[in-house]
Amino acid sequence: MNLLGKLSWDAIPLDQPIIMGATAFMVLVIATVLSFVTYKGYWGPLWRDWITSVDHKRIGVMYILLALVMLLRGFSDAIMMRAQQALAAGGAQGYLPPEHFDQIFSAHGTIMIFFMAMPFVIGVMNFVVPLQLGVRDVAFPTLNSVSFWLTASGALLINISLAVGEFAKTGWVAYPPLSELQFSPGVGVDYYLWSLQISGIGTLLSGINFVTTILKLRAPGMGYMRMPVFCWTALATSLLIVAAFPVLTATFAMLLLDRYLGFHFFTVDGGGNAMMYVNLFWVWGHPEVYILVLPAFGIYSEVVATFSGKPLFGYRSMVAATMAICVLSFLVWLHHFFTMGASADVNGFFGVMTMIIAVPTGVKVFNWLFTMYGGRVRFTVPMLWSIGFMITFVVGGMTGVLMAVPPADFQVHNSLFLVAHFHNTIIGGVVFGLMAGYNYWFPKVFGFRLDERWGKASFWCWFIGFYLAFMPLYAVGLMGMTRRLQHYDNPAWQPWLMVAALGSVVIMAGIACQVIQLFVSVRDRRQLRDATGNPWMGRTLEWFTPSPPPAWNFTILPSVGGFDRRMQAGGTQDYKAIEMPNNSPIGFITAFFAVITGFALIWHIWWMVGLGLLGALLALLAFAFRRREEVEVSAVEIARFGHAHPAEAAL
Amino acid sequence: MNVAATLSEARPNVAASEAGPASKPVIVAYGFWIFLLSDIVMFATLFAGYAVLARATDGGPSGVQLFSQASVAIETVCLLASSYTCGLMSLAVKSRRRIGTYFGGLVTFALGLSFLALELREFADMIARAAGPQRSAFLSAFFTLVGCHGLHVTAGLVWLVLMMVQVAVRGFHPTVQRRLACFSLFWHALDIVWVWLFTVVYLMGVRA
Repeated sequence: MNLLGKLSWDAIPLDQPIIMGATAFMVLVIATVLSFVTYKGYWGPLWRDWITSVDHKRIGVMYILLALVMLLRGFSDAIMMRAQQALAAGGAQGYLPPEHFDQIFSAHGTIMIFFMAMPFVIGVMNFVVPLQLGVRDVAFPTLNSVSFWLTASGALLINISLAVGEFAKTGWVAYPPLSELQFSPGVGVDYYLWSLQISGIGTLLSGINFVTTILKLRAPGMGYMRMPVFCWTALATSLLIVAAFPVLTATFAMLLLDRYLGFHFFTVDGGGNAMMYVNLFWVWGHPEVYILVLPAFGIYSEVVATFSGKPLFGYRSMVAATMAICVLSFLVWLHHFFTMGASADVNGFFGVMTMIIAVPTGVKVFNWLFTMYGGRVRFTVPMLWSIGFMITFVVGGMTGVLMAVPPADFQVHNSLFLVAHFHNTIIGGVVFGLMAGYNYWFPKVFGFRLDERWGKASFWCWFIGFYLAFMPLYAVGLMGMTRRLQHYDNPAWQPWLMVAALGSVVIMAGIACQVIQLFVSVRDRRQLRDATGNPWMGRTLEWFTPSPPPAWNFTILPSVGGFDRRMQAGGTQDYKAIEMPNNSPIGFITAFFAVITGFALIWHIWWMVGLGLLGALLALLAFAFRRREEVEVSAVEIARFGHAHPAEAAL
Repeated sequence: MNVAATLSEARPNVAASEAGPASKPVIVAYGFWIFLLSDIVMFATLFAGYAVLARATDGGPSGVQLFSQASVAIETVCLLASSYTCGLMSLAVKSRRRIGTYFGGLVTFALGLSFLALELREFADMIARAAGPQRSAFLSAFFTLVGCHGLHVTAGLVWLVLMMVQVAVRGFHPTVQRRLACFSLFWHALDIVWVWLFTVVYLMGVRA
């Protein structure tokens, strides 16, 4: 009986210079940050103002910070893959051995979807939605903190896999039977499953929180048809999370039971059915695509309306299109595997549904175009990202409709054409949108704008780099190159892949510009300061409170009088005391024990599993019996703040 | 009707969707409803898995040979009756009667525990007859689906004990009342899942 389960010194790949180098770099960065915090004596404020905070704005900032760090990690994987494929033609093997290359493509997909795009989207929703609805916080502030810390736990576990053990070699979808114990006996798939189970619970709780917030917690007068489009898209996304993530949880639970207890859900023997996993995975997976892209659509709607100086064109059709996509997204999952061998009728149905879902998306594109038409368009950084999106996303959408035709899909299934398509929609749709939102709401978050010049440089690098990196993949895909090749023997593909590698270098320059933009903006924050609270002349409620907003968001709760909220929101002028939820360490503590439990489960350290679960249970018990749930901010303090920030007088 | 009436009294000529933030009990119960819906989606996935694998017995025993309808009928009676007593408990909470609350909680707990004991006996029986979850895909799906419901019942029993302690310590504090309301929603939802489970697994399973 080994006290440490499967864990031993062999788990650390000391013979792999690339992995050890990356690990050393990671340790160095963490050590630097920790010593900086200690040197400056920031531990107290960090704990009080951030780690235990239940303020939706601070939680949103922490989500986005996590997403940006994970973007760097996921991008490192991407550029390594591009370099490998640019080199490994003919007899050459490149610099990455197959078992390492396999882990990299799996980690890239998993990290980018679950720990970059998801936290970014949820972070923006966290910051913006309560402000746009004109309320003080989300429905369940403490639960919100738990959600964030569980997401962070998953991210931590997946990054531990770099140094201790290995990551899955199965691709980010982890299809069985390859992901079953028989063919993947190592801990890689277990890292994948447990980190996604833990962060998945966090995501589900976020979804529940936002559905409740949007449907039950809006300022007086904020009827459904007066909500900003971003709130509508956040609602659609949250509904999709509530309806789709439990499917993923159940599916992963089945795979875990197969791997840990010898069940036969997806095994090749015992009557298991591996295709059931593929179906269930995409019953979650296709709505997931819209979970990511709908809030991005919401951001474009806000940005385009603001910088065109016009109300959004076709508000009602935008809402209808959003909700139509929300429903239709559950009826297209089979297009991810037309080659499964379903009958022509089944494939035909899903092909037609896939084409139909493109219609509401098209409606949206026309609405944005008509909003700009006749407007006085200001070409700021968020607007550039939005215009770049409209061009890029339409290309991605068209290749998607092409693949919706089952016979055509048979030709390009699993090829780099597919890889090019979904990067075209996810980068061109989701990432561009998040970057637009990052530049758009940054002044609201911190009270100063981001530097325009570096922002524009970053946009152009991303935009050009994207086309250089992914258009060649369409070509090699059509030439027959399948995805996830560690090396290949067709020399005709190599020039294309070299261009793609060059494109990823240009994107790297774009990311570098963004890092510089952040540093430059913090340095020049006095010049970039925005005292008005509304630097872009926005018309939604978040612009009618000071930047950064106080913990209670609105000193006087707004009351909305019309669809166009500008100059029509108003409230009574007497200051009242406000009940605010107490800070709580429960999120951090739960996450701490979740990491311990997850790590112990991955390595089969059963006593530690018990310890972790017991700790989490005790923490929840202590939380359930706590007495003080809320603190009161006195009317005097509110009044002092109100007089100091006359910006709100515009309300 | 009552809700609409109070709304129009408070703010004349205001649509329900423009009335401003809802009260805390409404928000908490609403959020819990959404959670229950997500839980039901998870059960739906397990049901789908069971439906796909129901005939994949791999030469092993099938439902006809394994299920004892008499035992399952008693289980069902226990669970449905516990829902009734849980409702009585809710009424006692509403009228702030401690004795009634404890009594309702106790009977609900006893019935839930009997249900669980019968279910565990059924599981032990099947495993003893070499029909454990590792035997075939059908049995994997069966144990997961039914076991997941059983886990929910177990969690409900633990929750119920905690709530009784909270009533004893804090009385009918608004927080305690909200939690009791969520508990009763949870307990009734488990009943609904069980009705489906009883139909799909046990009734359709013995039809051969």
